[in-house]
Formats: sequence, C-alpha cells, structure tokens
Amino acid sequence: MLTIADKTFHSRLFTGTGKFGSSQLMEEAIIASGSELVTVALRRVDIQQRQDDDLLYHLRHPHIHLLPNTSGVRNAREAVFAAELAREALGTNWLKLEIHPDPKWLLPDPIETLAAAEELVKRGFVVLPYIHADPVLCKRLEDAGVAAVMPLGAPIGSNKGLRTFDFLEIILAQTRVPVVIDAGIGAPSDAAKAMEMGADAVLVNTAIASSADPARMARAFRLAVESGRMAFEAKLATVSGRAVASSPLTAFLD
Amino acid sequence: MFTEIFNRYEWGAVKQSIYSKTAADVERALAKSHRDPEDFKALISPAAAPYLEEMAQLSHRLTQKRFGKVMQLYIPLYLSNECQNICTYCGFSYENKIRRRTLSSGELLREVTAIRDLGFEHVLLVSGEANQTVGVDYFVRALEVVRPHFSHMSMEVQPLDRDDYSLLMQHGLNTVLVYQETYHREDYKLHHPKGKKSNFDYRLETPDRLGKAGIHKIGLGVLIGLEDWRTDSWFAALHLQYLERTYWKTKYSLSFPRLRPFSGEEEAGDRPYGLQPKVEMKDRELIQLICAYRLLDEEVELSLSTRESPVFRDHAIRLGITAMSAGSRTNPGGYVVDPESLEQFEIDDDRSPAAIAEMIRRQGYEPVWKDWDPVLQG
Repeated sequence: MLTIADKTFHSRLFTGTGKFGSSQLMEEAIIASGSELVTVALRRVDIQQRQDDDLLYHLRHPHIHLLPNTSGVRNAREAVFAAELAREALGTNWLKLEIHPDPKWLLPDPIETLAAAEELVKRGFVVLPYIHADPVLCKRLEDAGVAAVMPLGAPIGSNKGLRTFDFLEIILAQTRVPVVIDAGIGAPSDAAKAMEMGADAVLVNTAIASSADPARMARAFRLAVESGRMAFEAKLATVSGRAVASSPLTAFLD
Repeated sequence: MFTEIFNRYEWGAVKQSIYSKTAADVERALAKSHRDPEDFKALISPAAAPYLEEMAQLSHRLTQKRFGKVMQLYIPLYLSNECQNICTYCGFSYENKIRRRTLSSGELLREVTAIRDLGFEHVLLVSGEANQTVGVDYFVRALEVVRPHFSHMSMEVQPLDRDDYSLLMQHGLNTVLVYQETYHREDYKLHHPKGKKSNFDYRLETPDRLGKAGIHKIGLGVLIGLEDWRTDSWFAALHLQYLERTYWKTKYSLSFPRLRPFSGEEEAGDRPYGLQPKVEMKDRELIQLICAYRLLDEEVELSLSTRESPVFRDHAIRLGITAMSAGSRTNPGGYVVDPESLEQFEIDDDRSPAAIAEMIRRQGYEPVWKDWDPVLQG
C-alpha cells in the first residue's frame, strides 16, 4: 500500500486522460489499469461548469481520485491562480504541478516550479510537482513540503523509457517523500524496471492511450507495475560486478 | 527580427535547390530522426512524390504519438468585411464594390450565441483591414463580448503593433494567425498594390512583434496558388524554425489554404470573380506538404479549414492534421445576423459541426472542443 498525504493507494499505477480516441476508450482503459489516481488537464475540462463535462463524467467511479494538472501555465503566478480555481471547481486540494513554459518539448521549468510549490504548500495544497530527474531540486521541493515528487524518465510522450536512470537512482536513494516516475515510460517493461529500482509509483498516459488496444495495454501496465513492485519487495538478487577468483592471489597469507 | 535571416536567401536559388533534390536526398531525409530545412526541401520536392505513402505512414505515427487520437475543432466568426487593402485574390478587396458590414456588439453577441450552441469552445475572430472603424478599440470591445462564452479566442486580423497585441492579450486574446500570403517579395507587391498591407516587411515581422508581446500561439502560412508552393512553404518552414528558437514559450500552428473563388460584381454565370491560381496544387501535393511539415516538426499544430472538400478533409485527419474548422461562414453575420452579406471566399465543406464531429468519431478520433482554459492565462 502506498500512502501520499491523506490517501492510501492499492495501485501504484497512476494514469492520464489525454490522447484517447474517445472518452469511452479512456474510461475502459483506466478501469482496466486499476488506477486510483488519474490526472486531468484543466485545459480539457469545463471547470466553470457551463455544461456537463464529458471527460469528468467518464471518471465518476468511487475508487478514482482526480489529480488536476496545470498544463498550459507558464509561470508560478499562473500556476497558483489555476490551482485555486481547480480546487474550488473540482473539490480536491491535490494538484499535479506542471509548469512547462516551452510548448515544444514540454520540459518543466525548475525555478518557477519550486516557487509555485512553496506557495501552494502554504495554501494547503497536496502538491505533486512534475520535474526533471534533478536530485537537488527534489530535495529543495521536499524541504518546501511537497507530498511527492514526479521526476521524468524521458521527454513526455516520447515513449523512450528510463533515459534518466542514473539520476532517478540518486533521487530514490535519498528521498524522504514518495517518488512517482512520470513521463517517457513507453512499455510495461519500463514500468516494471522503474518499480524494481524502488519507485513508489509510475504515471503512464501516452503508452496506453495511443496503443491500438488501450484497455489491454492498461492491463499489461498494471501487471508490470505489480510485478516490478513485488520484485523490489522480495529484494532482487544483486548484480555482481566482482569476479570470484578460483586461484586467489592472497591465499598464501592463510 | 526574421527579416535579417530572410534577406540572406534569394527566392530563385532556393527554388532551384528544391527542384534539384534527388531520390537519394529524400531517402536520407526519411531515414533521419530529426530533420532540418535541407531535408524539408527534399520532402517537398518533386523527387519525393514516389515516397508519398511512406511519408504518410510516418506522419500518421508521429502525429498520433504527440497529439493522440484527437482532433481540435474551432469555428471562424467574421467581425467585418470592411477593407482598405487591395488584394487581388480576396473577396474583401477594396476594389470589390459590394455592400460592407461590421458587426455591432449586439449583433456579435447574437452570432456568438448561435455558434456557442453548436458546441464550440474555440472561436477565431476574423476581419479585413479598416483601421478607422475596425481598429484596436473595436477589437477590445469584440473580445469583451466574446470572452465570457468561449475558452479560447484566436484572431486573424490586420497586423498590429506590439503594444496593441499586449493590450488585446489583457482582454483574453490567446492566438493570432498571420499569413505572409507569399514570401516572394516582388510578387507580394503585385498582389497587394494598395493599402497598409502592401508593406511586405511590416507583415513579415508581425510574428516577431507577437513573440515579443508573449502571445501564447502564432499561426503561420502562405496562400497557396500565388507563387510556387514548394518555395513559399520552405520559407514558411524557415520562419517557423526561427520563431520556435527565438520565442520559445510560444506555440505554433501552420495552415496551407489553397486559393478559393469568391463572389463579387464581376461574377457572371458560374464563373466566380477572383484570381485564377498561378500555380495549381493538386490534392496529392497538398498531402505531401502536410506530411513534410510533420516530418520536419513533430510538435507544430497543422490546421485544415473548410476551404477543402469533404473527401479531402476526411482523409487528411489521419495524415498529420491536428485542428479543423467546421460549419464555417466566411461573412460577417453569416450565422444568424445577415447570412447574405459579402463572404471572403466560398467554402467547400459545408457539413454541420455535428456531422464533422461524427465523421471524426467514426475514424476512431475524439473531437476536442475545449483544449484551453482562460484560468491558465492568469
């Protein structure tokens, strides 16, 4: 069981809602994934409730918690403003803090993200910031009081896997808050690897949404995450970098 | 400013370079994971024609990876057809002696209500260029009328100064479309003999002014049919690349409108008034261009209007397009206030927004009406 702030999760697979061919396919995939935390872009939902929102309608399941994200904002000021409206409209103080001023690669701005996180924590939000796999930034965010950190495995939507592996290892080795590896996870084997190395959870969207059979792919990810976590808990056999000599050089000392 | 880069290139030399690309150049471009403007030349060259299916497959995959199985929908709303410019290809041209109309705030609200009821969240406000009557003050009033009803407001109006853009952004403007029409400096003069639009450089530097103002999205394009489409499109790609590197917080979209007939006083029988295209671009070539843009730039939005035929639009969805208009009227008041007023051009796809959405769903794509929220703009 994974605990973040006031919530406990059976599933360590978090999912997203973008890029699906229909809301129906999205709903089926999210159900199949077993995910209990689903991120929703404010840009896609009608938070002013002018009409029934189709996307939110398909996420109305008792086990699913919404994680609104601020995708689209370019700085800390805009993020805080959007977060306040999301809290009011969607009735949750959980927030995936995304500040990527660059719309091409969607890479997170560490300076604005830290500033926004500090402010949002003060305002009572449960903040999960999307960031580079930057171990120092993770410590700074921890000090600011975030509930978890969400370092990227590779550029978002790239399906390239854990390209930031060495930095993720450092983050995992020294973290005091849950680590959710987000972005770039392209195959169930990537998700399993992330869990084996000790990640608390992963967030997967593109790899599920853009597959030919999203619900089936969601189930594949669910199994991979469970398998990877089980392997981590069972303690993986150590990969030995050392040779065991058959004719020891120091035996004459015995 | 882009002008400095643009002036380093000579139209004839660029054109010759495109037309001398070979099959080997095309194959090299296809094999790469990141492509540069030289690769783009090969992909838009006649030498790439036999590789169209391969380009289409690649474009389809790259587009789905980045954008998913979704199609953004928007609708144009014409504010005015008053115009002081002469543009040889446009229904709003000053010379076209036809009754002009500019929507009042009340009329605008009626139009807004009508298209809001169709489901749209993204509106594109369009006008000619009449700075006395349809200037910045008018646009501010229009934005304030439209703002409460839509989550995303775009504009396609005359080029403005940087401070004007900053002001309009404060009133909720998110996106500006400004097409160079043609990057052929001499031909541009022939097509725009009178009015403020005849200033080629002022128009060319408009995206720079928008970028400096910090606009969220800029739409670029050329009007296909005025000049050699391959050379013009290469300059558009050069412009795009410069802007992406310079104004890196701004998003970009590309359009590729083909010249359409329009109505006017000289209309006789079924021969519409208007310029005959100097260069005809075939459907096959437009698909080649769309795919080439996607292969050059995985992130750029590609937009297709109702200028194109239903058959073409239905098939283009899977080839790289990310946004479409639907149910468009190209005249001020065209939805309810004055359906018979002067239109800018004739549309080809006159299906309703609901029919377009259904067609998109049938192809396994989700029609997306809302992909922005004003709260994100602070």
